[in-house]
Amino acid sequence: MKIHIPTPLRVYTDKQDTVGVEASTVGQALDALTAKHPDLKKHLYSEEGKLRAFVNVYLNDEDIRYLPEKEATKVNGNDALSIIPSIAGGC
Amino acid sequence: MLKLTEQVYDTIRRHGEETYPHECCGVLLGRSEDGVNEVEEAVRAGNARTDSAHNRYQIAPQELVKIQRLGRERGLDIVGFYHSHPDHPAQWSMTDFAEAHWLGCSYVITAVEKGAARQTNSFLLTGKSEENKSFENERMEVEALEAERCR
Repeated sequence: MKIHIPTPLRVYTDKQDTVGVEASTVGQALDALTAKHPDLKKHLYSEEGKLRAFVNVYLNDEDIRYLPEKEATKVNGNDALSIIPSIAGGC
Repeated sequence: MLKLTEQVYDTIRRHGEETYPHECCGVLLGRSEDGVNEVEEAVRAGNARTDSAHNRYQIAPQELVKIQRLGRERGLDIVGFYHSHPDHPAQWSMTDFAEAHWLGCSYVITAVEKGAARQTNSFLLTGKSEENKSFENERMEVEALEAERCR
């Protein structure tokens, strides 16, 4: 499956905007991504090993935090994960 | 440096006027090369902070996923974001800083005073990680429209 990398994190994926991995669940896909590109890990996860609060991961158009099986959700080769840091602010 | 066309520049500023007294927000699609974020297109987004839209903005991640996909289809990347500060200076706030996570991207802010766009500034989010990020004032180059250049 494909994992789409946002512009700020491409410095850790050899400038690739999309990384292909073999996985059968969302969690396995993320593990495969960080195994291929270990420097990504600290930018995606807290020291406790949880996804950082501002890092959103979408399976196609669904936020994985709201999927019933979350990171255990099954995936196939046609699925795509998108890593999207949040964007907000105000005066 | 941030490079954008006059058309994109106007679009950003007009958006801030249209949503006044609420904050507007959107995404800048383009290319990033050699320290220059060159914008091809400004994509409007909805402000998800309907609870406090006069002084807060948020782009729903799902909308961001769609805009990133749109960019990919057009061979463009997300190189920045824009929002407005209604009746407030075009300077980043502590909230803007705390909520900024796209290192290397440009954050464009337009002050909108009583419904009219005033100053527009750009700030580059620099640093290697969330822990040592900072905002730097960023030079903005607005290119005149082709038609005007030929006059």
